[in-house]
Amino acid sequence: MRPLTEDETKALFEKLSKYIGENIKCLLDRPDGLYCFRLQKDRVFYVQEKIMKMAATFPRDALMSLGTCFGKFTKSGKFRLHITALDFLAPYAKHKVWLKASAEQQFLYGRNAMKSGLGRITENTDKYQGVVVYSMSDLPLGFGVAAKATAECRHAEPMSVVCFHQADVGEYIRNEAMLI
Amino acid sequence: MGRKGNFQERVKSGPGRKTKKQADPTFAPEILEAKNAPTQTLNLSRRQRTRVKKREELKSQLKTRGAIPTTAKGKKRAVKIPQSDDDSDDENLDNEDEEMEDGGNLIGYSDENQKWLKPVAETLKRKFGDYHSDEEEDGEDEELEDEEDDDLMPDSFANSDEDDDDGDGDENEEGDEEGDEEGDEEEGGSDEDEAMLPIEREAKKMEKKQKKLQKIAQMDMDEAMLSNQPHEAITLPTVLELAEEAAKPPDLHILQTRMKDIINVLQNFSKLREEGRSREEYLECLKRDLCQYYNYNEFMMEKFMQIFPVSEIMEVLEANEVQRPVTIRTNSLKTRRRDLAQALINRGVNLDPVGKWSKVGLVVYSSQVPLGATPEYLAGHYILQGASSLLPVMALAPQESERILDMASAPGGKTTHIAALMKNTGLLVANDANKERTKAVVGNVHRLGITNTVICSQDGREIPKMMKGFDRVLLDAPCSGSGVISKDPDAKAKKDQRDIKVVANLQKELILAAIDALDAKSKTGGYLVYSTCSILPEENENIVNYALGKRHVKLVPAGVDFGVEGFTKYREFRYHPSLKLTRRFYPHTHNMDGFFVAKFKKLSNAIPQTHNNKADESEAEENQDDEVPDKQQLKKKERIERKMKKKQAKLDLESSKDLVKPQKKKRRFEEPKPEATNNEELPPSNDQDSEPVKEMPEEKPDQTTPAHSPAVTRSGRTPKPALMTKGQTLRAAKTPILKTRKGKKNENDSPPKDQGQSKASPKADQAPKSGKGRVSEVKETGSPVISAQVKKGQTPKAGKMTKGSVQDRTPKAKVGQSPKMNSVPTPKVGKGKEGASPNEKSPQTPKGRKGGQSPKVIATPKIKKTPLKARSAQKKSPKSGKKGKK
Repeated sequence: MRPLTEDETKALFEKLSKYIGENIKCLLDRPDGLYCFRLQKDRVFYVQEKIMKMAATFPRDALMSLGTCFGKFTKSGKFRLHITALDFLAPYAKHKVWLKASAEQQFLYGRNAMKSGLGRITENTDKYQGVVVYSMSDLPLGFGVAAKATAECRHAEPMSVVCFHQADVGEYIRNEAMLI
Repeated sequence: MGRKGNFQERVKSGPGRKTKKQADPTFAPEILEAKNAPTQTLNLSRRQRTRVKKREELKSQLKTRGAIPTTAKGKKRAVKIPQSDDDSDDENLDNEDEEMEDGGNLIGYSDENQKWLKPVAETLKRKFGDYHSDEEEDGEDEELEDEEDDDLMPDSFANSDEDDDDGDGDENEEGDEEGDEEGDEEEGGSDEDEAMLPIEREAKKMEKKQKKLQKIAQMDMDEAMLSNQPHEAITLPTVLELAEEAAKPPDLHILQTRMKDIINVLQNFSKLREEGRSREEYLECLKRDLCQYYNYNEFMMEKFMQIFPVSEIMEVLEANEVQRPVTIRTNSLKTRRRDLAQALINRGVNLDPVGKWSKVGLVVYSSQVPLGATPEYLAGHYILQGASSLLPVMALAPQESERILDMASAPGGKTTHIAALMKNTGLLVANDANKERTKAVVGNVHRLGITNTVICSQDGREIPKMMKGFDRVLLDAPCSGSGVISKDPDAKAKKDQRDIKVVANLQKELILAAIDALDAKSKTGGYLVYSTCSILPEENENIVNYALGKRHVKLVPAGVDFGVEGFTKYREFRYHPSLKLTRRFYPHTHNMDGFFVAKFKKLSNAIPQTHNNKADESEAEENQDDEVPDKQQLKKKERIERKMKKKQAKLDLESSKDLVKPQKKKRRFEEPKPEATNNEELPPSNDQDSEPVKEMPEEKPDQTTPAHSPAVTRSGRTPKPALMTKGQTLRAAKTPILKTRKGKKNENDSPPKDQGQSKASPKADQAPKSGKGRVSEVKETGSPVISAQVKKGQTPKAGKMTKGSVQDRTPKAKVGQSPKMNSVPTPKVGKGKEGASPNEKSPQTPKGRKGGQSPKVIATPKIKKTPLKARSAQKKSPKSGKKGKK
């Protein structure tokens, strides 16, 4: 377990900013204590500093998780967000996509979201902008990348993809072993 | 959308228009009398007679529809009642009399008939008496008898109206009977009756009838209860029958009835049992049947039968076959129970709160969607969790911003519950020894949005070494799973004594670790909750009691107000009275998994050391004796053994230079002997030496002529005393493996035996066999080291002395060593003596000893030294012995 290096921090923040923009600040300056990012076995954990210090007493190979896992660094040095980060992305998300009930299930099985299932979409979403996907009852379902800008969506065909799938909560049961 | 069970529009119960009871049919007195009209039976053939009867019957039916020959049933009753036992004999007689009368009056009964009709009934009785006794259910009985009647007495009754027989038959007949019996009453009361309206009269009659019916039914029941059982009890299956049964696939019906019967007998044993059958036989049979019926193995069934009274056992086992209702726990961090319930109801789930004791639990009765895959589930609004696993967390009562440890957390149900109660503050350490299973914890923790948790995969026993000072600890210990058989039926067939012991051992270690991880000085806490999903006291009360004895903890009320109190005594175990404060939960009484919860409060952080260590040792020994040596220790042992072998080999090589091989071999055996002899036994040995020497020339060298080979060997060794001793100690360590604790225990008692020993040794030495025996014995004592040193220092002398046949001196040598040495060799000696020459030496030994004591003064300094060493050796030996044991 160690703090992130400069490069790693940069990669992480770049990725996060795609979804929550400048709200990253809210993650770091919190009223309820100091929070920090820590790297453990290539995973990035977002955790209260107090807890992190206590967790340091456990041997590295025994430590499975602390706080919340945000994602992992791939071997090539890129950062990949995990669905476990959704709890912190959803409240701060800048751009959101709402799916109709009929399309919900599809998305939860790992499919991209089609225009036909699109319920709502935030104005001014750019193409390839990170978005958090919600159900119509405002349950966060996952996140992805907008395949089309808001304006394009209006005129898109029903079967065209509007949001690429990146992670969804279905992974909790579909992919529990590889969750973090 | 959702279909919620609508319980408001419940159909009214109670008597409505449709349920109004119709009055029983009544018959005109003529009809009743009609049946009494004697039919003429001529000397007809059997078939003719039946035909005649049919005809008549038909006629009468045409005339009066509904009048049915009662006799059949009357017979039936008569037949049935006699089955009942001695108590009801009088009744039987009466009944039979009635029967007779009936027979006299009945249709188709002539005097001739009567003769053989009776016997038929009796033969029926005889034939089917046994059978009936097997059958409990009256209904079946009746049916059977119906058939029998039809078959066996076709001539006397018309078969034409079988339909009626089955249908109204019963009522009618009973009515008729009553009619017969009550005839007098009715006539007597007829005056009054006339005053009444006919309907009223009817009603009165009906009442009476009903009462009668009830009475009869009651009697039947009683008979079934009382009279039938003894018969069944008698039919405990014989060995042959069992063998037959075993050959066939089990007939569940037979098994079930037999089990019920046996349970009945066991509940009223003195009355119902069969003469000469012991309770054990019944229990044995019951156990066998239960095992077969429910697919348990014998061990588990025995455990269950030990825990539950016979009356409950069936219920318990039945409950174990049935799935418990699915329960879910609301994640109070993300939603409220009411909202969740609404959302789920909208998805077509039928649910209810689990009970007043929990604010987060919901019971699911039925669901149209998979509960583990709804969007609410994925969003972390709830988790599937057994009702029973809410209990330990409630008992733990975690507070905000505490430090809490969950020692065996997978799959995370309780962990997340704790975190939810802590409202994501403080620190929660979730540990599980199994790395694979921690992944489930990780998944659940993240899904439910818990951020204060550290998940690690460590052996729970190591945790206090890494982190202490927890305010609360939850130990949901790994267990045999005897409480969750409905979930995992493997437990009932695949667990045995060994598994339980292994698990219990682990639990003991875990609970101590858990207590050590606690901080007694915590302002808010210092509590440990120990829970298992097992119902065996071996894994529950035993462990709790153990912890109470090992650490400064006390039991406090578990904080759950239902459940059964824990056992304070169970079979041979007597637990601390405070174990009443623990709680047990059973599938059949609480409709949740079998569960056990105990809550401790830690009183001080100090670990009671002194008695603790001793206890630990003894514990360890016990454990080692019957199970599960630690792998590491095993390895260590192996390593030591290997070393020993090497060293031994070296030694052998060295000595072999000087020695001829056979001698060498012998020497190995005898090494221990000389010490023994030298130590204490020399004096007597010397006396007898002369004789034995002659007998066994081979062994001489050791004792009598030290100058020869033995001397050489000694000399060969002496230069490397350390090695030798080591090697020997090692051997000592090894040897005890073969023979277990005896040596140790004997160490203390030995002194009195010493005397005997001294005598024995000489002979033992001489007789090769006995010598062998001795060697092994020496090993037992576990301190052969002594012998080596003794050899070095004394034996030569002793040998010389013996040569000189100085009886006086030898005692001295003994004396010097004896006080301490005694203990070591004694056990051997005793044995050796027995083997060799119990008679002669016994008288002498005391002498030798006494003689030895007096000359103390003379004892040489060298000799004195040895005891010290011996002592040290002894000290060592027990340890090595222990290791070796495993």
